[in-house]
Amino acid sequence: MLLKHGFGRAAVFAALMAGTAPMALMAETPADTLVVADAIDDIVSIDPHEAFEFSGTDLNNNTYDSLIELDPTKPGELVPGLAESWAVAEDGMTYTFKVKSGITFSSGNPLTAEDAAGSLRRVVKLNKTPAFILTQFGLTPENVDQMITFDGDTVTIKTDKEYAPSFVYNCLTAGVASIVDMKTVMANEVDGDMGNAWLKANSAGTGAYVLRSFKPNEGYVLEARAGHWRGDAKIKNVFMQHVPEGATQRLLLEKGDIDVAREMTPTDIAGVTGNPDIKVQNDVGGQVYYLALNQKKAELANPKVQEAMRWAVDYAGMTDSILKGQWVVHQSFLPQGFLGALTETPYSLDLEKAKALMAESGVTLPLEVKFTVRNNQERLDIATSLQNTFAQVGINLVLDVGDGAQGLEVYRGRLHEMTLQTWGPDYPDPHTNASTFAMNPDNSDEAGNTGYLAWRTAWEPGELHALTEAAVVEKDTEKRKAMYEEIQRKHRDGSAFVMMFQQARQEAMRANVMGFYAGGATDSASYWTVTK
Amino acid sequence: MTALPAPPPRSRLLPFLGQIALGIGTLAITLLGLLLITFIIARVVPTDPVLSIVGERATEAQMEAIRVKLGLDLPLWQQFFIYVRDALQGDLGTSIRTGQSVTAEIARYFPATLELATLGTIFGTLVGVPAGVLAATRPGSIADQIVRVVGLMGYSMPVFWLGLIGLLVFYGKLDWVSGPGRLDPTYDMMMQFTLTSYTGMILIDAALNGAWDVFANAISHIILPAGLLGYVSMAYISRMTRSFMMNELGQEYITTARVKGMPEWRVIWVHAMKNVLVPLITVIALSYAYLLEGSVLTETIFAWPGLGSYITDALFAADMPAVLGGTVVVGVVFVTLNMASDILYRLVDPRARA
Repeated sequence: MLLKHGFGRAAVFAALMAGTAPMALMAETPADTLVVADAIDDIVSIDPHEAFEFSGTDLNNNTYDSLIELDPTKPGELVPGLAESWAVAEDGMTYTFKVKSGITFSSGNPLTAEDAAGSLRRVVKLNKTPAFILTQFGLTPENVDQMITFDGDTVTIKTDKEYAPSFVYNCLTAGVASIVDMKTVMANEVDGDMGNAWLKANSAGTGAYVLRSFKPNEGYVLEARAGHWRGDAKIKNVFMQHVPEGATQRLLLEKGDIDVAREMTPTDIAGVTGNPDIKVQNDVGGQVYYLALNQKKAELANPKVQEAMRWAVDYAGMTDSILKGQWVVHQSFLPQGFLGALTETPYSLDLEKAKALMAESGVTLPLEVKFTVRNNQERLDIATSLQNTFAQVGINLVLDVGDGAQGLEVYRGRLHEMTLQTWGPDYPDPHTNASTFAMNPDNSDEAGNTGYLAWRTAWEPGELHALTEAAVVEKDTEKRKAMYEEIQRKHRDGSAFVMMFQQARQEAMRANVMGFYAGGATDSASYWTVTK
Repeated sequence: MTALPAPPPRSRLLPFLGQIALGIGTLAITLLGLLLITFIIARVVPTDPVLSIVGERATEAQMEAIRVKLGLDLPLWQQFFIYVRDALQGDLGTSIRTGQSVTAEIARYFPATLELATLGTIFGTLVGVPAGVLAATRPGSIADQIVRVVGLMGYSMPVFWLGLIGLLVFYGKLDWVSGPGRLDPTYDMMMQFTLTSYTGMILIDAALNGAWDVFANAISHIILPAGLLGYVSMAYISRMTRSFMMNELGQEYITTARVKGMPEWRVIWVHAMKNVLVPLITVIALSYAYLLEGSVLTETIFAWPGLGSYITDALFAADMPAVLGGTVVVGVVFVTLNMASDILYRLVDPRARA
């Protein structure tokens, strides 16, 4: 009797399990829907004037447009967005943009120059983290109504001084310069927030898609807008699913339950290589990996020690093993894809040279250095490799492991000795990285210039500061490019930073997915280009 | 000699209500203590929550503005007072990471966990109790060994590994179940945009809407993670059932029942089980509470948007309003289940009603 009862339960369970089989087989991605799996828990906000994380800007890139844009099919090339033409006046400080007619927001409201000017003013007045991309042109909440104006179909932006026009234009392609439907946004204003709370769960743009639902840390659904000014997107719905685990993404992709997997590990990528139903698309990302040496520690300010460290990194060993497919060797601060980016990589692992340099440095060996590292497997792997090779030249790295926020606080407080960090560009112009790596207006502790990485690591960049200031106002693009190349070489060979790697991206997708553009080093993902 | 008048019959309702009042009082004190401890821990951890909001690019001025906006510049006692005052009104604050109401977020995450944990506990109980009884009634037999080994595996194997293997076999190879997530995209969009959400639990909502295709799809998604949690739960329940039942089967009243010729199934399932149920209810309730707390690893592998991953993600991001809100819910779950098992205990065991 007892057995009978037990088996009865088991039989019900088994029947329930078996009964699900036909349902499971039904699971396929619909032809008009792109199903993407990604880790999107980095999203803090999807208000385009506040969003500053990768996943959030990916989403916004499909729901909003800006006056001028980067062409997803031709990286680095400016194309008209919501402006049909643009120009800079003789004074070098007045930029005008003629807004296209006949474009509507997802609400149905027509796009006007007033919306464009209002949106850019909103960025400055809200003053969220990415606002500096516009306020660096001398715009403040107090003067922005005078500096950004509109008349008829023309928007005028005035800057506080002359800048390289390419610098201004590049900044206006950043996500923070997205144009929002000001009438709808302001109708949803609460307590003077300019619609900020409402835009964290809704979209109000002219983009190819409109946000249908957004669930933080869970996913979102985008729906294509009919009659979009670029032409209707082929994919009618984009279904983003938050799947943090790479192995899970791989299974879903292999089964055909998702179309694109964006967070697969090198092991998972290797596992799908050779599968005829899956292809892997290689791309570069904008982030760079580097070591920052705190100049308050006298030994780390010694140029010979700095150079020795550059020769003591096993660049190729790491990119061929622990970082395979995820990072490539890159030894300057501008990532590939940026104006003036260098391709040369003069440093390689040469322990004999590093030992000789350490001997010449005059520091007492072994040199003990506290090494602040974020508690993340990839970073710990890099740290272990560095610990091994540095020890062979007389530098003992003592790991100081903590979570990301803790490590960042240490770094921002100049409390580290050496730290392993990544940095991603804020906008698609070389000044974004040049300003932070090679400028430091005041190196005193009191200055609190945490926005400058040079300040964080207490490094005085000397002539590089002035050179960077000169490059950002250089109007001749070729000359400007040459200036950044010079700055990077000097920085690479004589700064408190050891530049090591640039992010590489591997997006795995079903073989029938065409036209998926991940954004490269300078842009965000585009779904409206996809067909399948 | 006249007999003393019989005392008036004692009302059973009054002590029962008294117990309920005591329980509510305990709940309030427990939650307040829980909040205080979590709040203090949240404030002493060496992580600045403001950095999570503004990101590493922010200037000191921007950080200070956010700090003031969040009230983090106020004295600790004042921050705690404000938090408790708002919490009593159902406002658990605003998530630092997402800028959304923590109450609303928990209302979205908790049903997913509740659905999963409830099914897991049902599986665990339906399999665990008979397995435990089987093992107890045939100690040392092959059946006993199998139950013990299977139970031991559930205890000792990492849930992460079990989940991945489960996915690989039942989803990847056999096609018996659907993959991670709560629904396929088509049904998910149907659930979001065309059906009415009553409870946030998809199985119930789909049934209430009469959307049986959505229901079936939800079943095919939940069965594997629920089965996995059920297995872990079963390992615990079967082991405890075996132990309780063996203890009962050694009692004199069981021998008496057998000597009187009572059928063995009645001895086990009626007489012994009545006494086994008392501690077993506590075991099942604890197991259920553990699952309701959220199984972070299971939720991660199965991309299940539940309370466990919500609290864990919040912790990593130093999103203290979310951590506190999640902790309150977990606290309420534990205390409520404790009270519920107490009530059940009284219903099952007449001695406890005295």
